[in-house]
Amino acid sequence: MGSATEYNRRDIFKRAAAVTVMAAAGGPLLAACAAGGGSGSGSGGGATATGSATNPFGVKSSDPLDVVIFNGGYGDDYAKAIEGIYKATYTGANIAHLATQEISGKLQPRFNAGNPPDVIDDSGAQQMKIDVLEKASQLTDLTVLLDAPYRDDTSKKIRDVLLPGTVEQGTIDGKMYSLNYVYTVYGLWYSNKLFKEKGWTPPKTWDDFITLCGTIKAAGIAPFCHQGKYPYYANYLILDLIAKQGGLDLVKRIDALDPTAWDDPAALAGVSAFFEIMQKDYLLTGTNGMTHTESQTAWCQGKAAFIPCGSWLENEMIKITPADFDMAFLPVPSQNGDKLPQVAVRAGAGEPFIVPSKAKNQAGGLEFLRIMLTKEASGKFAASANSLTVLKDGIGPDVVLKPGTKSSAAAVTAAGTNTFNFTYPDLQTAFDQALQDATNELVNSRMTPQQWIAAAKAATSKKV
Amino acid sequence: MRHRKYPFIVGFLIIPVVLYVVLVIWPYLQTFGYSLTDWSGVSQTMHFVGLQNYTKLFGDSVFLAALEHNMLLLIVLPIATILLALFFAFMLNVGGRGGTGGVQGVRGAAFYKVVFFFPQVLSVAILSVLFQAVYRTDDGGLLNGVLVKLGLEDANHPLQWLSDPNLTLWCIVGVLIWSGVGFYLVLFSAAMQNIPKDIYEAALLDGAKRTQTFLKITLPLLWETVQTAWVYLAIAAMDAFALVSTMTPGAYYGGGPNNHSEVMATYLMRNFITFGKAGYACAMGVVIFFITMILSVVSLRLTRRERIEF
Repeated sequence: MGSATEYNRRDIFKRAAAVTVMAAAGGPLLAACAAGGGSGSGSGGGATATGSATNPFGVKSSDPLDVVIFNGGYGDDYAKAIEGIYKATYTGANIAHLATQEISGKLQPRFNAGNPPDVIDDSGAQQMKIDVLEKASQLTDLTVLLDAPYRDDTSKKIRDVLLPGTVEQGTIDGKMYSLNYVYTVYGLWYSNKLFKEKGWTPPKTWDDFITLCGTIKAAGIAPFCHQGKYPYYANYLILDLIAKQGGLDLVKRIDALDPTAWDDPAALAGVSAFFEIMQKDYLLTGTNGMTHTESQTAWCQGKAAFIPCGSWLENEMIKITPADFDMAFLPVPSQNGDKLPQVAVRAGAGEPFIVPSKAKNQAGGLEFLRIMLTKEASGKFAASANSLTVLKDGIGPDVVLKPGTKSSAAAVTAAGTNTFNFTYPDLQTAFDQALQDATNELVNSRMTPQQWIAAAKAATSKKV
Repeated sequence: MRHRKYPFIVGFLIIPVVLYVVLVIWPYLQTFGYSLTDWSGVSQTMHFVGLQNYTKLFGDSVFLAALEHNMLLLIVLPIATILLALFFAFMLNVGGRGGTGGVQGVRGAAFYKVVFFFPQVLSVAILSVLFQAVYRTDDGGLLNGVLVKLGLEDANHPLQWLSDPNLTLWCIVGVLIWSGVGFYLVLFSAAMQNIPKDIYEAALLDGAKRTQTFLKITLPLLWETVQTAWVYLAIAAMDAFALVSTMTPGAYYGGGPNNHSEVMATYLMRNFITFGKAGYACAMGVVIFFITMILSVVSLRLTRRERIEF
């Protein structure tokens, strides 16, 4: 009992534990901060706009190409198809293809070491922020791409075949740094089947919307749900109400972080309209704490009538949506005195592709983007990802659209030139985060619309 | 052959020491260096800014809130976990009164030991998924479901748990305790089994009650193990990154609603990865490092007692 050996064994165990503990103290955190070394003097592959019409960037057939694709809702099959086209043109190129969800985890060390890939689909929850990369001079100005000839018809330039708004979406201080490839439409979504069954008409005005919400609630269904834990979805609705009320000029001022934009009565009108949902208790029970998957699933199960989202919703929920759900898109309803018409929608380019400034084969990266903007590549994307691209008339009549996509495409057609889009979520990370935090308070009724406006105004001074 | 001893020892130590210096010490030193720069984290371009990051840090209300939350964890987590683990370990090892004067645990002790240790086997990712289901904000959540069924809350306005600024941090504390108790239970059990049974038997013969045996025998003889547990838990309280970042609302690494569950580690990661303020984040890393180290040293010193030999 209590012999020396027993005592020592315990003692050693304890000391070992204590030492491990001390060594582990903050270790992972500090290690996370420790960068890989590296000269950071990558010379870049020298993209020149002096090449021929068929090879405008002067790609060397023998240079390897390093591609990193975000493996999210759109998968990476389309990227493999594009690599196939690239390889057919530049037969000597060895293509390294990495599909991952850990964009920043995989790429941050490579940027630091001055050894980034040649082209990146920089998307997802771990996206490397465009404004951060731009500030650190890590991005290639894609103006050369815009001025390069369109592969399918070399008499045209790339900038002529892009849908309006694409260039702006990736532009910081007058230079385009990211090509946003997927054409996304944002608004409210509902089940056409449910609405037909109940005899509800999709509302055109906000007053009708609120009235209909009352009817829906009386029918025992929650009128509205949103992706609670991720408040940026609710921001689509709030900011769209503001945009429609205040017009395109206000959208620009909000994106430019102009603090006076928030003094515009349109801003308060938009937030107040949204806040009626909370005041009248139209939210799905518990929606404020749900993840996007949980709330979208509840919506697909018919527990809630409306949900705000972008047009990736249909592809994202394809496995859960009932076959006869008949997903439909509704442009955000209009309020009295709106500057934009009722058909106006937030629509524009998403899913940013970038070419690092220190890429070894910068010309190849640019060429990859140029190949993406062909009918062939665009069609392959639409077929595998159920989404439209920013290439004008990019999809042939052979591609069959699903009801939700068809409905959102129809809304874009109806909107015509009346589309708008915000760039701040991509290009003003700190402001965006502050706005999301405020919205989280608003949906929980812990903040008034006035306080939300004040928070937004204060956030305009936040930059990364 | 005495003179051959040192080359022999050095020969064995050189590789681990070099590995330790390169993989542990050097990154630490690098972090100190980076904390004095405006490094963005995405290029090697950086400028020396002196102590500017540190002065900014202590005027940063979000960081101070995070620090406060960590300090709260630091007080609550070790006390609650150690008390629970001690109680369970005592009951499982010497708390039983069955039989005639024997020292043993309550009935089914072996089974309970496995059950209590089970949370320790689960990875943090699974814990996070599990408890998000427990804390779900509609009546589909375990807690809300039970409370609604019992008629303790309104089915249309159930508690918001992780989305409620007053509850969110406590929800995280709950998970940390739930997952930690089992490990310390086993640790204390092992130590308790090393306490000679005859001491207990003597106490029982003298008519000692359970509380007395615990306070007069078990706890004093367990003191050093408790001390180790304390340091370990204090360090866990300085982290809490994984649970906060995956379970709480808020853009980029959680911490919401409105920074009410923010801990230093989540704020560090947001600045490092998302905002491209790596130099600033490194300064936070250094602060966390020093706080943790000081805490460990202080708590080991303060709890130092005369060693009881047996």
